[in-house]
Amino acid sequence: MDFIAILRIAIRALTRNKMRSLLTMLGIVIGVGAVIATVGLGQGAQEQVQRQIASMGTDLLFISSGSVNKGGVRLGGGATKTLIYDDMKAIVQQVPTAALAAPSSGASGLIVADNQNWSTRITGTEPQYFDIRNWSFDRGVNFTQDDVTRAANVVVLGATVQQNLFGRADSTGKTVRIGNLPFLVVGVLQAKGQSGMGQDQDDGVFVPITTLQKKITGQDWLQNIMVSATSQEASYAAQAQITSLLRDRHRIRPGQDDDFSVRNLADVAQLADESSKVMTLLLASIAGVSLIVGGIGIMNIMLVSVTERTREIGIRIAIGATESDVLRQFLSESVVLSLTGGVMGILFGIAASITITKVLGWSILIAPIAVGAAVVFSMAVGIFFGFYPARKAAMLDPIEALRFE
Amino acid sequence: MATLVQNELNADVMMKPERPANGSAVIQVQDVHKSYDLGETKVHALRGVDMKIEPGEFVAIMGSSGSGKSTFMNILGCLDKPTSGKYILEGTDVSSLDKKQLAAIRNRKLGFVFQGFNLLSRTTALENVELPTLYAQTEKSMRQARSKEVLELVGLGDRMGHFPSQLSGGQQQRVAIARALVNKPAILLADEPTGNLDSRTSVEIMQIFQDLNDSGLTIVLVTHEPDIAQFAKRTVVFRDGKIRHDDPVSNHPRAAEVLKSMPTVDED
Repeated sequence: MDFIAILRIAIRALTRNKMRSLLTMLGIVIGVGAVIATVGLGQGAQEQVQRQIASMGTDLLFISSGSVNKGGVRLGGGATKTLIYDDMKAIVQQVPTAALAAPSSGASGLIVADNQNWSTRITGTEPQYFDIRNWSFDRGVNFTQDDVTRAANVVVLGATVQQNLFGRADSTGKTVRIGNLPFLVVGVLQAKGQSGMGQDQDDGVFVPITTLQKKITGQDWLQNIMVSATSQEASYAAQAQITSLLRDRHRIRPGQDDDFSVRNLADVAQLADESSKVMTLLLASIAGVSLIVGGIGIMNIMLVSVTERTREIGIRIAIGATESDVLRQFLSESVVLSLTGGVMGILFGIAASITITKVLGWSILIAPIAVGAAVVFSMAVGIFFGFYPARKAAMLDPIEALRFE
Repeated sequence: MATLVQNELNADVMMKPERPANGSAVIQVQDVHKSYDLGETKVHALRGVDMKIEPGEFVAIMGSSGSGKSTFMNILGCLDKPTSGKYILEGTDVSSLDKKQLAAIRNRKLGFVFQGFNLLSRTTALENVELPTLYAQTEKSMRQARSKEVLELVGLGDRMGHFPSQLSGGQQQRVAIARALVNKPAILLADEPTGNLDSRTSVEIMQIFQDLNDSGLTIVLVTHEPDIAQFAKRTVVFRDGKIRHDDPVSNHPRAAEVLKSMPTVDED
């Protein structure tokens, strides 16, 4: 019997019991829909994290002053004063895989412009910082190395600060106060959005490192050094080389703890990627369980159908249907059920995803591969759970089947 | 209706079965036994049956229930296999065939007509008739043409789109006969085809059988009604799993003649 004839018979048999077929399909619809929505959710989250990390740069190394053990008391991160400007210079000169490096130390403070004020983070750094972070200017210019040397009172505003102090007005050339000191606004950065950790990266201002150290905090050590490696692959080598260089410079004996930490953003990216993958897998497998439940529903209904249609099966065998004809007929019924359910489930899943995106604002990515997998998987469910009932039908004794009332 | 049937039954539509080259019997049954194992007891349904049916014969098999006639019919129809003995159908030893080959034989060489019509419900007359051609992998255009042809042959050319529930018993049985004929079988096997029909309709069905037989079709009919069996050319009586009588019917009546003497009942 040809494929189209089989399909037509299957569809007709299913439309005979519309309500029953629909309810049976519902299990698959919900299962596939749930898988599509959760995988979409997971992939959306994964993509967002990756985008954020990529915006920070995956070839970045982040050196922080570390914790230190003082008479048995372990002070937290940032407690040491050993990370200094010369460390940064040494890294640039001696580590071949390090391309650029910039210091960064921070303090928080109140910025005042005319009658507006805004409390924010003040970061002291050098001009190349913005190159390393791949951050361009919306208005004005960067401060210069000369400004750093002179410890000039110049400031670069983050987009959020600009918004809060000046709104849409041009702020370059204007003066703001940090503490009691006047600062000339030279540039405004473009908005960068949230960091991978959910922090608003635009809520901050940037001043030359020397200005921060001498005029605001009075500290001469660095909290962080940001280094860009020559490539993402080189970042691991750079991490090792920087670690050994800094241990050497800080005279840390073998076996002693580092008084700094070097974090590789490629590592962070991988970690974040991994955790969202695990999450996706977990959600999808929970949703997958409902697919199996749907499959059992199909098997149940197909078994009922085989019993109901015993006589029909007997007639078909008597007039020349082979075992494989009967097997294929019932198998195609269950596959039509599950496949239709699968397609409806995909639509349902996409609709659910769009609703979630609109209502909750989560980003969802409907991957074509997830849709393809859903189709294949629902078909597999139909074949797997339809096989036993179909085989039962094919193995019927025609004499008994014809006698069946 | 009767005249319609007669008009439609022209010989060139009916395919004569291809006869084996040596002109041997269509059916040859040699010492066939059939026993069923029911746990501890063994039931002997057939205890050595020999039978030969020549092409063009019209055989009525009779017997009370439990005589083994139904078992014999199932074996003839390749729905069941004998425990021992030989069944040769058109020169082929059927007992040596596998399930798939048997299905092909049922499909192409045998046509079944049952007591309960056994049509698929909610399926039109035409689609019911088409069913065997689907399993025979007949070409699509051929399928419909052939199905229409046989439906017209049994006088239901104007009822093709009707569902079985919209047809009378006699009409349903005629659809079943059309279905049995659609693949041009060598033999038509009818198991109590008139069992569910009133006497007039029964004779009408027998008229179709006689006409088909006239055009060369071999027919084997199971019945327990002697006045139905008389329309056949030969009666075989089963008892206790054996053939008791095997006689030709001398001057069997023509169903068409009998119908004329019967009171007319409006069928539809």
